[in-house]
Amino acid sequence: MPRVWKFGDSVNTDDILPGKFAPFMAGEDVFQTFAFHYIRPEFAAQVQPGDLLIGGRNWGLGSSREYAPQALKKLQIGGIVAPSFARIHYRNLLNLGIPAFEHDLTGVLQDGDQVSLDINTGLLVYSGEDGRSGTVQLPPPPEFLREALAEGSILAFFKKYGRFPGERVSENGSG
Amino acid sequence: MRGMTVLTSRPQTMAEKILSRRGDQTVYAGDLAVVDVDQVMVVDSIAQSFIERMQRDLNAVPKYPERVSIVIDHVAPASTVSVAQAQKEAREYAAQTGVRLFDVGRGICHQVLVEENLARPGWIVLGSDSHSTTYGAVAAFGSGMGATDIALAAASGKTWLKVPESVKVSFTGELRPGVTAKDVALEMIRVLGADGATYQSIEMHAGDRFTRGERMTLANLCVEAGAKAGLVVPGGEILTSYGYDVPEWVYPDEGATYVREITVDLTALNPRMSAPSEVDNVHDVAELRGLKVDQVFIGTCTNGRIEDLHAAADVLRDRRVNPQTRLLVIPASSQVMEEAMVDGTLLTLQRAGAVLGTPGCGPCMGRHQGVLAPGEVCVSTSNRNFIGRMGDKDAKIYLASPAVAAATAVMGQIALPADLPEAVA
Repeated sequence: MPRVWKFGDSVNTDDILPGKFAPFMAGEDVFQTFAFHYIRPEFAAQVQPGDLLIGGRNWGLGSSREYAPQALKKLQIGGIVAPSFARIHYRNLLNLGIPAFEHDLTGVLQDGDQVSLDINTGLLVYSGEDGRSGTVQLPPPPEFLREALAEGSILAFFKKYGRFPGERVSENGSG
Repeated sequence: MRGMTVLTSRPQTMAEKILSRRGDQTVYAGDLAVVDVDQVMVVDSIAQSFIERMQRDLNAVPKYPERVSIVIDHVAPASTVSVAQAQKEAREYAAQTGVRLFDVGRGICHQVLVEENLARPGWIVLGSDSHSTTYGAVAAFGSGMGATDIALAAASGKTWLKVPESVKVSFTGELRPGVTAKDVALEMIRVLGADGATYQSIEMHAGDRFTRGERMTLANLCVEAGAKAGLVVPGGEILTSYGYDVPEWVYPDEGATYVREITVDLTALNPRMSAPSEVDNVHDVAELRGLKVDQVFIGTCTNGRIEDLHAAADVLRDRRVNPQTRLLVIPASSQVMEEAMVDGTLLTLQRAGAVLGTPGCGPCMGRHQGVLAPGEVCVSTSNRNFIGRMGDKDAKIYLASPAVAAATAVMGQIALPADLPEAVA
């Protein structure tokens, strides 16, 4: 069963993937092994596909570097839940198809809790070793993004329709 | 749709104005807008991802090659074979597709685009670098995005975004000597907090205060409060004096709706410094005075311009960098470097003991040149002091203005220019 990795407030893009381990420096195949290299060095080796990241306020502040969320994507994390996200990073997460939910679970979940999350309904079920358990209903992604997520990613949507989700189709086709 | 008169039914902020003008409908905060993009900027560190998205994922070429610029600035010159290979691919891609390429040494993306007049009042400029808010200095809606969004913008000539709410920042009084635009920006971030303007635009009403370079410093740092854009309202003749055509429609309307309004009293401001390891951890320099410093770095898209080098040279003239401290100076662009050569600024810095580097981003993000060892302390004129950013995770980064950085280099400890003994020729 997927587990929780809990972080604090203001986890920045340098925390998620330090700049010096960018793919073009560390190598396209291994850069993800440096995820959270400084703040949780054991993360990349121990994270399992589907594991959930629980963050505090302003998750992902900092750089526009898409390889930060790409590293998490390569490690197949199941999603990120935080009370607020930095905007460039939030766009990058959704563009890559990483489920991101705006909700504060830092007072509910603990590191290592077992969780299951239905990313379509946002229903999260958890249980902790200390006997805590329960369910949380997470808010779904914004409406205009569901159209894109239905195609798998924004790139897939654009390639299929030649326009952005929610974009009005103009009469002369040039917008 | 460009050039059509947009009829507004209620007053708009500057962000709402620009996004309405570049889209096909009048928009207000909260609306979803698809807008034309006037310039797409790609930096070397994402060039490979960008090319992969364009070619493999989208099977597309840039719709308007003249609206795309690739700038090799983040690791310039290349530090490893893999970096060199990535930069080689970027050059080849530019040659094949006809997009502009600014190669090693031309300078930092934001500085170069402004110098090349590729950011203009009323334009939308997207960059693959979070500090693309810098273009707000010249009244362009500048915003940072990731490789996927940047590729989509290059392929389509457009982007989609939510029209941001705006924070209105007003200024009163005048700066006292020794207090700079960097200090103003750090004060704004202190007041707003590192997530105080998330998803929002910061609209700065500066009147005819601040040069273009100072406006770039202000707009650059807006992203450190989480902002999507940082727009400095063109005031007086500031922008027109640089040759910009400032359209009448770009100014915010009287009575526009702001989510928050703050005022910064310039007269009361002291030199500021961000202590580790978040940018909004802002203090008076006087409080941090005396801390031993191993490295000082003057440069970056925040403070690597000619006026910044002048401010540093004014402090360093006839003085020497402390023997226990290294001073790195990297001009923001080849134009800045040339100007600083011609007017003697580089000679002054060199004689004081500075180490001069190739125009580019330099050590700002710890990928090459001047990385910090464990336990070292750096005072930098850059914009981020995150853990591990410039090297080891146990190194500490303090952010300050060029004048404070220069004074610190002389004293070997955090200092104000006023702390320095008289210069001896």
